[in-house]
Amino acid sequence: MKKYVLAILFIACFHANQNAQEIEKAGLAIGQIAPDFNLKGIDGKMHSLASIKNAKAYLVVFTCNHCPFSQAYENRIIAIHKKFVGRGIPVIAINPNDGEREPEDNYDNMVKRAKEHHYPFLYLLDADQSIAKAYGAKRTPQVFLMDANKKLIYTGAIDDNFEEPKDVKNKYLENAIKSYLAQQTITTPITKAIGCGIKWKKK
Amino acid sequence: MIHANQLTNWKASVSDTIYVINFWATWCKPCVEEIPVFVKLFKNYSDPKIKIILVSNDFKKHIQTHLVPFVRANNIASNVVFMDEPNPNDWIELVDPNWSGAIPATIVIKGSIGFSEFHEGVLSYKELEAILNKIR
Repeated sequence: MKKYVLAILFIACFHANQNAQEIEKAGLAIGQIAPDFNLKGIDGKMHSLASIKNAKAYLVVFTCNHCPFSQAYENRIIAIHKKFVGRGIPVIAINPNDGEREPEDNYDNMVKRAKEHHYPFLYLLDADQSIAKAYGAKRTPQVFLMDANKKLIYTGAIDDNFEEPKDVKNKYLENAIKSYLAQQTITTPITKAIGCGIKWKKK
Repeated sequence: MIHANQLTNWKASVSDTIYVINFWATWCKPCVEEIPVFVKLFKNYSDPKIKIILVSNDFKKHIQTHLVPFVRANNIASNVVFMDEPNPNDWIELVDPNWSGAIPATIVIKGSIGFSEFHEGVLSYKELEAILNKIR
């Protein structure tokens, strides 16, 4: 009996591990449950998805200080937070970059930038990069929108024009949030964008 | 200046020309660090059947201030084109469905043998040469 249990445990572990590797490679798939985390924010406190009270959805944005694409979207991310926080969808920004490879993205500089640019949302440091890997994040900025049950419902870009906010034709993320709030199908659940590759720790 | 249809043309190529297509930007540090790999490649392989194309994803407003000076300083004018598309979601999948959109990224194509190899992230000269050696 013991042997069977061990064998089953072994197979279960193997599958869980394989699944984690697939997510790291291809990213969290639509419908998959997003893993929770416990990360230090610029307020010095630890934050998790579970610690967000009355969330109607969870909007995780992998972003950082140094990346020009993240900077180009900074004000748009702030605007989205302000628009939807009252409806139970706050932005949770996570910096996945290694602060040694990119000093501009270290913890102290996160605190500084958030202060200078008046971030109204959580800005957390994924210091060991395990959360970026668990979500399959590859670049900044990259968004993951989860429903109240933490199931992924949208991932990818914020909108369709990185350079000129005024020329945006399709606000992919906002449309996804609106569709979700209206209990409608999200017509474009996956989009792609150019971004800065995550600065992984040197092996 | 190129548009998304140029990617479709390269991907649909049936000739024995090898296309080494790199996606980069002057604002992307690892991309800039990788550029000498391609410079070395076109110095070492003066084969007209190997075309090295560096597709810039710079901001359009930075062409004159960032891209042009960099291209001049590195003497890579004949290899650089600018991706003139506002929405990357329209063309990223045309390059490779597995590409997240993070740069740098490189694709090597040889249409006549249906070869296409995509790589997300920085390539070393050795890695790039190993890909070429498979198809030359």
